Amino acid sequence: MNEIPQIELTGITRVYGKGEIAVRALDGIDLTVAAGEFIAIMGPSGSGKSTAMNVIGCLDSPTSGHYRFNGVEVGRLSQDQRALLRRHYLGFVFQGYNLLPRASALHNVELPLIYKGLGRAERHNAAHEALRKVGLDNRAHHDPSELSGGQQQRVAIARALVGSPQVMLADEPTGNLDTKRSIEIMEVLQDLNRSDGLTIVMVTHEEDMAEYAQRRIWMVDGRIERDERTRKAA
Amino acid sequence: MLWETFRLAIQAIFRNAMRSFLTVLGIVIGVAAVISMVTVGQGSTQQVTADVEKLGTNVVMVLPGQDTMQGGPGGTADPMFTLRINDAVEDQIASVALSAPISQSRARVIFGNENRRTDIVGTDNRYFEAARWDLNRGRFFELSELQSGKAVCVIGETVRESLFGFADPVGETVRIKTLSCEVVGLLKSKGASTFGSDQDDFVILPIKTFHRRIAGNTDVSTLFVSVRDGASIERTMEEITALMRDLRRIGRGEEDDFEVVDMEQFATMLSGITDILTGLLSAVAAVSLLVGGIGIMNIMLVSVTERTREIGIRLAIGAQARQVLLQFLVEAIVLSLIGGLIGIALGLALAVLGANWLSIPFTPDPGIIMLAFGFSALVGVVFGFFPARRAARLDPIEALRHE
Repeated sequence: MNEIPQIELTGITRVYGKGEIAVRALDGIDLTVAAGEFIAIMGPSGSGKSTAMNVIGCLDSPTSGHYRFNGVEVGRLSQDQRALLRRHYLGFVFQGYNLLPRASALHNVELPLIYKGLGRAERHNAAHEALRKVGLDNRAHHDPSELSGGQQQRVAIARALVGSPQVMLADEPTGNLDTKRSIEIMEVLQDLNRSDGLTIVMVTHEEDMAEYAQRRIWMVDGRIERDERTRKAA
Repeated sequence: MLWETFRLAIQAIFRNAMRSFLTVLGIVIGVAAVISMVTVGQGSTQQVTADVEKLGTNVVMVLPGQDTMQGGPGGTADPMFTLRINDAVEDQIASVALSAPISQSRARVIFGNENRRTDIVGTDNRYFEAARWDLNRGRFFELSELQSGKAVCVIGETVRESLFGFADPVGETVRIKTLSCEVVGLLKSKGASTFGSDQDDFVILPIKTFHRRIAGNTDVSTLFVSVRDGASIERTMEEITALMRDLRRIGRGEEDDFEVVDMEQFATMLSGITDILTGLLSAVAAVSLLVGGIGIMNIMLVSVTERTREIGIRLAIGAQARQVLLQFLVEAIVLSLIGGLIGIALGLALAVLGANWLSIPFTPDPGIIMLAFGFSALVGVVFGFFPARRAARLDPIEALRHE
């Protein structure tokens, strides 16, 4: 029996605007990601890697083509249905951390669980557990402003983790960090991938960071140019 | 989920406490205005009713014609009444329980070093009964005092306070013009009337004493008539009019040179005026509620713009549009409800002060309070909906990119 790929994109396009001024951010993408893979999407700015990420993360809908998640077509879902998909299957990590200011690390991490409808005690347990995984349980009651960039990003990773997603989407997660912190973050991601079998799709333009992935996708002008396995991860 | 949303709204409101307060100020003022206006209005309506009841709803007053009122120098004054006319009204009309003759003027009353300019009223014991005056100390007049026109008087609470302080006035002698008279009784206080005048500010003499020693004539300026219980006031007034026309020999087609006033009608008219005023002021207050609502909408729109990134984060981690809508809507409602509550408290406080100042009862109306509360919730829903919908319709990608 054929195993169903976790993420399967076929002929995905994403066109902004209409007619003469139309921009083809994605120009026919075919990509298959199996459960438990760690892939890095690379490319120069304007190559469409962020758009690809948004489509995979169900923040955006493709203009044409098919997107199957666990074998289910999700490219044509309504906004609310996509929100539910994000809530239950996906976790996001952004370049700018995107934590709620003036809210404790704990509150930031438990936020997705509020939308999942979990009770207070359950949420707190899960949030503490997620913070422990990223090594920040002792900072649970600090506000983001009291944390370093690397710590903030780890809180963001804990937030992405807390809902037990199948796929984590990381958009330039080390973009704002120095090398030492970047390595720490990548090690956290790699550990999650290896020990928890979490599928990770990461966008980056840093070669060093892409080394942590098992697979690298090179994008240029809205197309996939290369798709290769990396040495280090293999 | 709803509880979480509520908590979130409280947090967001108190995070920006100063701004939140200024935002709800419009609602606070609007609600406070409505509550205080209506409460004071209802208090004064009750006061009118209470005054009439104190006076007796079955009281009819007979006064000389309008000309007397307007008749300054050179004006023609309708003639005053006499004791005989008063007694005729009491004796000849079956539905009249009693009729008290009243004469009055103003003069200075002196006791020791204290003095007070006050109303000097000449009447007899029938007046105390008809106007429902009770004694605090001493007694009313004795028959012999009334018949001989003895120099005795009964005083009101205000006069006692002014002349005697806390001392007992009964048995003391006060001077009015050239008359030295003994205080035999002190009346129980009735407080201020609806018209704001102090009802306790007077000295009462036997009418004979008043005629001889104060007025120098035998005029009666008012008949204070008490109608029998169960008798028709309207019928009685007609009968009084007919008898008065007869007694004063007014021919057919000639106008009355006196007036018969029904206190109940008078009170109804007065509370009617109060109601209209209350209505008008409340309308003005309602407009300020509307303005307050627009203030809330304005700040909620600013808040949505400021928190675009937060909305983006919430959408990205799986919040549905309607959950974001609910969050902002609940925030607007909680905000305006807080405004409403402050407004209700402030309005009631103002009403207490106002009631005190106007000497009327403080009568908070739970209905109006509930209405103001409900209305401020409605303001939150109506003016919070548009900003909340704007928040809910944000594109998560755009929102996350927002600086």
